[in-house]
Amino acid sequence: MQPAVEFRGISKHFGAVKANTDVSFAIAKGAIHGLVGENGAGKSTLMSILYGYYHADGGEILLDGQARQIRSSQEAIRLGIGMVHQHFMLVENMTVLDNVMLGTEGGFRLSSHRAATEKKLREICATYRLDVDPLATIHDLSVGAQQRVEILKQIYRSANILILDEPTAVLTAQETESLFQILRLFKEQGKTIILITHKLQEIMDITDSVTVMRAGRVVGAVQTAATSKEELANMMVGRPIENNLPRAPYNPGQPVLEVRDLQLKDSTGVALLEEIGFTLRAGEIVAIAGVSGNGQSELMEILSGMRLPTSGSADFEGKPLPFDRHDADGLPLVYRHLGIAHVPEDRLRDGVVKNFSVMQNTVLGYQDHLKGGFGLFDFKHIAARCESLLKEFDVRPPNPDLRIGLLSGGNQQKVVIAREVLAKPKLMLVGQPTRGVDIGTIEAIHTQLLALRDAGVAILLVSVELEEVRALADRILVMCGGRITGELKIEEFDTTRIGLLMGGMHKS
Amino acid sequence: MTTNDMPRWATGIVLPILNLLSALLVAALVIHLLGEDPVESMQILINSAIVNPEGLSYTLFYASTFVFTGLAVSIAMQAGLFNIGAEGQMYFGGLGLTLAMLAFDASLPWYLLIPVGMIGAALFGGLWAFIPGYLQAKRGSHIVVTTIMFNFIAASLMNFVIVKYLIPPGEQNTASRVFSDAAALPPLNAWFPVLGDTPLNISFFLAIIALVIYGVAVSRSAWGYKLRATGLNKHAAHYAGVKISAMIIVTMLISGALAGLGAVNSIMGSTHYLSLNFVGGAGFVGIAIALMGRQHPFGIFLSSVLFGALIQGGFDLSLEKPNIPTETFIFIQGLIILFCGAMENLYAPVLIKLIKGKKG
Repeated sequence: MQPAVEFRGISKHFGAVKANTDVSFAIAKGAIHGLVGENGAGKSTLMSILYGYYHADGGEILLDGQARQIRSSQEAIRLGIGMVHQHFMLVENMTVLDNVMLGTEGGFRLSSHRAATEKKLREICATYRLDVDPLATIHDLSVGAQQRVEILKQIYRSANILILDEPTAVLTAQETESLFQILRLFKEQGKTIILITHKLQEIMDITDSVTVMRAGRVVGAVQTAATSKEELANMMVGRPIENNLPRAPYNPGQPVLEVRDLQLKDSTGVALLEEIGFTLRAGEIVAIAGVSGNGQSELMEILSGMRLPTSGSADFEGKPLPFDRHDADGLPLVYRHLGIAHVPEDRLRDGVVKNFSVMQNTVLGYQDHLKGGFGLFDFKHIAARCESLLKEFDVRPPNPDLRIGLLSGGNQQKVVIAREVLAKPKLMLVGQPTRGVDIGTIEAIHTQLLALRDAGVAILLVSVELEEVRALADRILVMCGGRITGELKIEEFDTTRIGLLMGGMHKS
Repeated sequence: MTTNDMPRWATGIVLPILNLLSALLVAALVIHLLGEDPVESMQILINSAIVNPEGLSYTLFYASTFVFTGLAVSIAMQAGLFNIGAEGQMYFGGLGLTLAMLAFDASLPWYLLIPVGMIGAALFGGLWAFIPGYLQAKRGSHIVVTTIMFNFIAASLMNFVIVKYLIPPGEQNTASRVFSDAAALPPLNAWFPVLGDTPLNISFFLAIIALVIYGVAVSRSAWGYKLRATGLNKHAAHYAGVKISAMIIVTMLISGALAGLGAVNSIMGSTHYLSLNFVGGAGFVGIAIALMGRQHPFGIFLSSVLFGALIQGGFDLSLEKPNIPTETFIFIQGLIILFCGAMENLYAPVLIKLIKGKKG
């Protein structure tokens, strides 16, 4: 059978950077095809070429056996290619129906066309079991439902080839499962799906075939049934990946942080955190597991000084944290002086200033430590500090003057972690350290955190990835609905039990 | 490549020059439509603003004021605050300066009157910006709205104060009394007779000093780092321990003080009395200067000189060419703001292509 999409010798470079070099592979019609690779391996560039955002410098794309020039995304849409971006392209305060119609309004008067569209949408929803109300407003929908709207939009535009870029990054386990159900239905209808993901388990679960890219080239093309997660990971990174990183035996020291009866209410009086209490000792990693949005972020914000709790207390090295402040303005600096470092979970919002250089970002939070006479910076010292930090943490490219927004997510995260480790903290708060980070970098980050633990730092880790919790934690706290619903030692690690606790079932 | 990633020489020099040339091209077209020769007009403009020493002196005199209003708008921009109120702040700064002069010009020597006048101007200018700054920091009232309103409030309030309290008895002119000679800033023509009878004075050097202090504070100090972090990403600044509300208030205080200092040149350097509407748009020109100079000290200096030259040259041009009205300057100024502000990245895509073509 004719492949639905075939890349033949695609090359694309940006200045000196070769994003794609001689990329050739075919995707069978009616298949779910996985595309994996580390950040910067060239997956997104390749998909952008297919979707008409970029023009290849060389090579050709064949759709159903015919060579096609795709000059713009409009042309891609006409050729039946649809793309669901990682960040949704939806107008929040419009309805599902209006979002789908946007760009295909079909004339000046909307009303007649709207009725027809609504009818068609309901048909599509029924066919593909997409549980979406066409008249609902986007911001009332869950993330999973918003993603279904994106898919709905593509089907409405009669896409036969659907590109999904990291679709599960924002989904819960249940939402992921229902997304996969939809994709399987798609496949039954003879549509072709290209799935870009970091999560190898998903590749194993749902795809028929996989292409692995590294440094702009195809390094492997295999049938999913004939491969394994380990083999894929090795191909992606180019070397074997260590699953069980070495760590010193568990030997916790003095309590560093004692949290008692912490409460947080939002401005409308809704409780975001309730009765939070736990102890964290030197030289241990306590992981907080839970579905994202169950109070973990708020807890980290309170412990790092970015926010004040409504009531409760926390002792850091035996002294209470100043929760009686009027507001949190400037408080993170006070906590940092005490020895609390913070790797924020929303890296781009809190952790870095995107338009600052890498070097400038290594100063963030420590600007007052680094200033000299008259409050002026000693740039020689800062540059030397930055250089050693880039080297030690293997940040690529090691260019201190590059705008940090140009670095891949993994390398941005390395800069943030390096900066916080360099402060020699006694307590390290780490939120989602490997979100959107590729396998090779995950290993590096985990190694760093374990080294910190072995050196006697107390680490509080928030992660929604159970794999990560398992790899790092000495003890596990599970949070649900702003409460701690259970605690386990690492020896007791049990996915089912943690899953139940994450869903709010207390052990009886 | 996006505009952010272009080399500095491209965003800092080439783009502004292209934008400026576009503005002048449109201006030339209009001059042509008015029935005058654009080339000849441009020659007159350049001659009388730059080549002629007296003209150059006037150009730099105007620029000395613009540097301060340009700095005022720039420093607020660094913190992500769009201060459109430099006009009112300079106006109010003029009141502070005048009150200081009326109180001390008979008793203090000139070398003390200068700092006293500067303190009065900075204090009142700062106060006028403090209120919008406080409202933004503590109440979330948008700085653009409040500073615009404060321009109007300043205009009315000054009207009242001048008419009710400051006009000397028996005078008709809506202005304060003339200060004593001790309150006049030393003019530069005492040292450089070639400058002729022009008001250029030592505030030109004060402006240079202010530019240097601004440059060092913004790009080399920890405070400037926090200032820029606040402007670029408030969340990250909060994470870094910056007291955001204090930062907003302090920045607006400094911004207003700088705008207020613009009055020192206008009043102590030239008129020697406070008159109604003496600011004459210098605060608004400051916005254009901050945009065009990209908040960089050298850029602010060049833009200030450019706008000074446009005023001076435009004035002479309208004298020589009866078809060209005095408002032409305001028209060209508007064009420059349009090209350098609203359409500053008009040529960026072309330039990006050129740069990439050269490298690839």
